[in-house]
Amino acid sequence: MTDSKYFTTTKKGEIFELKAELNSDKKEKKKEAVKKVIASMTVGKDVSALFPDVVNCMQTDNLELKKLVYLYLMNYAKSQPDMAIMAVNTFVKDCEDPNPLIRALAVRTMGCIRVDKITEYLCEPLRKCLKDEDPYVRKTAAVCVAKLHDINAQLVEDQGFLDTLKDLISDSNPMVVANAVAALSEIAESHPSSNLLDLNPQSINKLLTALNECTEWGQIFILDCLANYMPKDDREAQSICERVTPRLSHANSAVVLSAVKVLMKFMEMLSKDLDYYGTLLKKLAPPLVTLLSAEPELQYVALRNINLIVQKRPEILKHEMKVFFVKYNDPIYVKLEKLDIMIRLASQANIAQVLAELKEYATEVDVDFVRKAVRAIGRCAIKVEQSAERCVSTLLDLIQTKVNYVVQEAIVVIKDIFRKYPNKYESVIATLCENLDSLDEPEARAAMIWIVGEYAERIDNADELLESFLEGFHDESTQVQLQLLTAIVKLFLKKPTETQELVQQVLSLATQDSDNPDLRDRGYIYWRLLSTDPVAAKEVVLAEKPLISEETDLIEPTLLDELICYIGTLASVYHKPPSAFVEGGRGVVHKSLPPRTASSESAESPETAPTGAPPGEQPDVIPAQGDLLGDLLNLDLGPPVSGPPLATSSVQMGAVDLLGGGLDSLIGGTNFVAPPTAAVPANLGAPIGSGLSDLFDLTSGVGTLSGSYVAPKAVWLPAMKAKGLEISGTFTRQVGSISMDLQLTNKALQVMTDFAIQFNRNSFGLAPAAPLQVHAPLSPNQTVEISLPLSTVGSVMKMEPLNNLQVAVKNNIDVFYFSTLYPLHILFVEDGKMDRQMFLATWKDIPNENEAQFQIRDCPLNAEAASSKLQSSNIFTVAKRNVEGQDMLYQSLKLTNGIWVLAELRIQPGNPSCTLSLKCRAPEVSQHVYQAYETILKN
Amino acid sequence: MIGGLFIYNHKGEVLISRVYRDDIGSRQAADSAVFSSSGPFPGERLGGSMRRNAVDAFRVNVIHARQQVRSPVTNIARTSFFHVKRSNIWLAAVTKQNVNAAMVFEFLYKMCDVMAAYFGKISEENIKNNFVLIYELLDEILDFGYPQNSETGALKTFITQQGIKSQTKEEQSQITSQVTGQIGWRREGIKYRRNELFLDVLESVNLLMSPQGQVLSAHVSGRVVMKSYLSGMPECKFGMNDKIVIEKQGKGTADETSKSGKQSIAIDDCTFHQCVRLSKFDSERSISFIPPDGEFELMRYRTTKDIILPFRVIPLVREVGRTKLEVKVVIKSNFKPSLLAQKIEVRIPTPLNTSGVQVICMKGKAKYKASENAIVWKIKRMAGMKESQISAEIELLPTNDKKKWARPPISMNFEVPFAPSGLKVRYLKVFEPKLNYSDHDVIKWVRYIGRSGIYETRC
Repeated sequence: MTDSKYFTTTKKGEIFELKAELNSDKKEKKKEAVKKVIASMTVGKDVSALFPDVVNCMQTDNLELKKLVYLYLMNYAKSQPDMAIMAVNTFVKDCEDPNPLIRALAVRTMGCIRVDKITEYLCEPLRKCLKDEDPYVRKTAAVCVAKLHDINAQLVEDQGFLDTLKDLISDSNPMVVANAVAALSEIAESHPSSNLLDLNPQSINKLLTALNECTEWGQIFILDCLANYMPKDDREAQSICERVTPRLSHANSAVVLSAVKVLMKFMEMLSKDLDYYGTLLKKLAPPLVTLLSAEPELQYVALRNINLIVQKRPEILKHEMKVFFVKYNDPIYVKLEKLDIMIRLASQANIAQVLAELKEYATEVDVDFVRKAVRAIGRCAIKVEQSAERCVSTLLDLIQTKVNYVVQEAIVVIKDIFRKYPNKYESVIATLCENLDSLDEPEARAAMIWIVGEYAERIDNADELLESFLEGFHDESTQVQLQLLTAIVKLFLKKPTETQELVQQVLSLATQDSDNPDLRDRGYIYWRLLSTDPVAAKEVVLAEKPLISEETDLIEPTLLDELICYIGTLASVYHKPPSAFVEGGRGVVHKSLPPRTASSESAESPETAPTGAPPGEQPDVIPAQGDLLGDLLNLDLGPPVSGPPLATSSVQMGAVDLLGGGLDSLIGGTNFVAPPTAAVPANLGAPIGSGLSDLFDLTSGVGTLSGSYVAPKAVWLPAMKAKGLEISGTFTRQVGSISMDLQLTNKALQVMTDFAIQFNRNSFGLAPAAPLQVHAPLSPNQTVEISLPLSTVGSVMKMEPLNNLQVAVKNNIDVFYFSTLYPLHILFVEDGKMDRQMFLATWKDIPNENEAQFQIRDCPLNAEAASSKLQSSNIFTVAKRNVEGQDMLYQSLKLTNGIWVLAELRIQPGNPSCTLSLKCRAPEVSQHVYQAYETILKN
Repeated sequence: MIGGLFIYNHKGEVLISRVYRDDIGSRQAADSAVFSSSGPFPGERLGGSMRRNAVDAFRVNVIHARQQVRSPVTNIARTSFFHVKRSNIWLAAVTKQNVNAAMVFEFLYKMCDVMAAYFGKISEENIKNNFVLIYELLDEILDFGYPQNSETGALKTFITQQGIKSQTKEEQSQITSQVTGQIGWRREGIKYRRNELFLDVLESVNLLMSPQGQVLSAHVSGRVVMKSYLSGMPECKFGMNDKIVIEKQGKGTADETSKSGKQSIAIDDCTFHQCVRLSKFDSERSISFIPPDGEFELMRYRTTKDIILPFRVIPLVREVGRTKLEVKVVIKSNFKPSLLAQKIEVRIPTPLNTSGVQVICMKGKAKYKASENAIVWKIKRMAGMKESQISAEIELLPTNDKKKWARPPISMNFEVPFAPSGLKVRYLKVFEPKLNYSDHDVIKWVRYIGRSGIYETRC
């Protein structure tokens, strides 16, 4: 008998036929009909109309039929909650069935029916099943608690199921333990502060015992749970590691990776002098290599994780270079990842082999792969000095192939090699110049122009070469334009006599014919410099550049440590913290590696400093193309140096200031125009997401449960104005902290990296409290959501309008400016409630001319509603009075800079408009406070 | 955890869809609450459509994607899709959480194994024919997205597609204790008249050699597959010529160490079936277990040292002008002359603009296959320490394509009756204390097969 026939019926009137069949007396016919229903459901037909008929089939002793009906119920119960109640009796009855398989089936299915009324009935059967004599029922019931918690967390707590679940950790059956651990871990994730899992040496011991006995999946649950435990000292860490290491020989890769996670994490606590530490390191390598003989999908997961492990502890795999050599039939995703790891493992010892391989790869067909291979050769040159010469000659060989994208990629990396080893390989410039015409990608053009400018004195026809680029100046991308401008100025400073005309030309192109503020500004600065003090110009423009560091593309250390805690999971595959791709509060608890214990600290040698050591020891994460742009004025918006926030912000503010007021005076009478403001009124509505994200409804404004009102995100920087980068955002205030919620969308065709953000001085000293963390490159059509915490300790300058904020965002392509207006209520502090007496006194004290009156129209709220609404945004009602049928609310609020604002809100029942009187010692803010009122009340 | 599991055919049509978590169609709850007051069942339709959108998103972005798949994990609008492909069937697991990615893939493979054990090849027809069974399996092996016991041995005791069998109470509790128990892979009370076991040592030898004959990388990945037909709950102990074990044992008699030392092999790493007691292996390096009934993979291992490379390929490619290539390939067999290699196949890639090929070979048959862009040379059998040669002239069409031909490596396939790693089974002891048969009564068979994995020589 085959079931495929059920898929074929597509006639009209099918539903009626099915209905008749479902109500048939014959058992076989009934079963057939239910199968047809399930088949229709699978292919996406709506068969919900058959609900009562299908549920009628539930009372049966045929287990197969029962399972089918249950499947139907799980799918459709939510749309028919009242009908679903019909099924409750059968469920309750089944939970008492003598057959444990049926008891478990009932409790398993019931948990999947997300109807409130049903969950009420679920509690009693579930309580019984949790204590069932049969382990199969208990292990099913354990998972059911997690299901119920997902529907109604309060109910689970009230019913005491959490305690029962905790008891199951001591169950005699290993699978019950494993499922209880899984359920508790999941529940604990949504209550990060609770001490649900309450791991202590005793319970850890139980888990480790169960680990030896349960199924492969159970081992994963237990290991993942163990990874969250903090051993109290290095001795305990070691004893856990000893009991976990046997898992490295398990056939299931997930068990191996989870064990690796536990070991990597606890290893942090072990002293490096310990013999055991070395043993452990040695034990980790073979299983990681073995993962590479798994199926390609698992290889991919393993490679992404190995990439992290190699960055954290390079010593583990340093001798295993060969296994990362790319095989001809590897899927492309495996090839690209292997290449990444090869570069990380490249060292003087193995460089010859690596180079031979890379050269081989550069002749393959896949364009991305070839490009990456060429780039890898360049990175090897920068990383291993001894190999630089060989790398350069390999690159030259590749340039001879004349394959367009190979040539361009090679030129980009050769520029970096020049920067790393100045005055060493300039002999190759001639070869590079031959390929000038074939360069059509901005990055390659910019690189080539940089080379010509930098070595202008050695290239006889440098002026001709640069002039040839100048013809199509306006069609070039900003990256190329900026580079060309700088290169010609360099050329002029080196060979002033012949190139005067050229420099005039480029300066006028940049300053007069361009509408790019960045280009114009740079043009003016050069112009000024050259005309006022050519000697200074020489010092600035031809200054010696800092060397670039050898390691590139390293993951930032704190993120790396966090990702190490997520080995094996999606976060480690994406190289992003879970908060970047998981919605809501779930699973976004920030994890960190355990600190070294005191006993091991003393044994610490300086080169083995723990994480968070002096910044000087961590390799600097630099050089992307973007940094070259900023090299002249030190206008570097790159990743802010870590340090006390106050110092940082003031230093950087100084830099940005050049663009603001400072520049006006510098340039004097010239027609300087401030960076254009790309602000869009905040109420323009949600940004237009890509079609796909619409499907999932993810882009529309995020509602916050607590905290003040949050406006929907508005587009601040349209993609048109920022070379494809679209930024939309909004401001939030939650529990005392202000943040800027940004959504960055890459609408360009190239990958964006190296994001940084900076604010200009503003009225309330708003400044980013942390660097802009965009962890992975933003690929085309990708969107990331970032919450940027803000502080109010930045430097202050009064803006017009008062709440104007000028922002600069940098990425690898360019620097972009926009300005936006922030709603004032994000500055209302939590302790803004004034006491009554004080209020009266202050009100009187403030002169009357400081009082401002406003009408808020179309706001049909009563006094209570308005008061509570305002309170959630930190506008506090000090007193309430009823005068002649009108409700008078007396309110106070305080701004972050300590300015008090007092308000009187007059609400007339029945009249949709109300009157707001504001009194403040700084009357300028009144207008904006009024706007804040209006926004809060109307939303 | 896994939020949903979908199976598609090659056109992207859904064959199986099982949703475990509500977040897969996260708007569903809100929508049905808002809309359920109007129309007959609009809530469901909307809810259903949300769910279908996850299904559709995968179809549009992965199955119908124009480009080659760039990653087995895809994130579309904050929803992550894991997929594996079996022939032309796609299996996709969907989640919105930070799940254990390795576990999801392991589960998808396991799911394939389970389906294959129930109904054979995973094909559209078989899936449609068994969709009720698949739903039943999915209900059992994945609960709220958490994988549960998925050992076919255990599953087959109670998921039978026969409706409910009249089980006695004892039978029921036996099933449940097996599914949840410590030895979930074997049931009690198995009886055979003849106690027999088969051990297959299956190795695949991988090689990447430079044109000059330098070994760039070589490794053997091996598997020990056991078929056991043993009564009761037998305790087994497996021994092989593992260097570490032999050195440990040989400590007493120095003479023996030098003797056996030669024959022992260094295993880089090994992994075991879940029946093997890992803690015992870790402490004593002994492999002890109670085997599942029937066939299973006892262990996997990898070696990189002292590998016997059964064949050596010596390529010679010469470009004669722009329209002609001369290729000469010599293969040499490198093992005992008494042994015979089988199913030998050498694949010599040809450029895309090949217009004609002439081949001459001493042994076997060689053919140019235009559709595969390769010359395929097949030899049925070849003894050890022999040599054979093929030469070919390849005519090329003149092209103005600037891009050079990438020269893919020459690959080889073969099968040899020995283990290229040098692994030898020393013993497999069986103890069954409760039943009256001893280790001597068990009939044991051992077989070694070495196959080519990716065995390539660059040219």
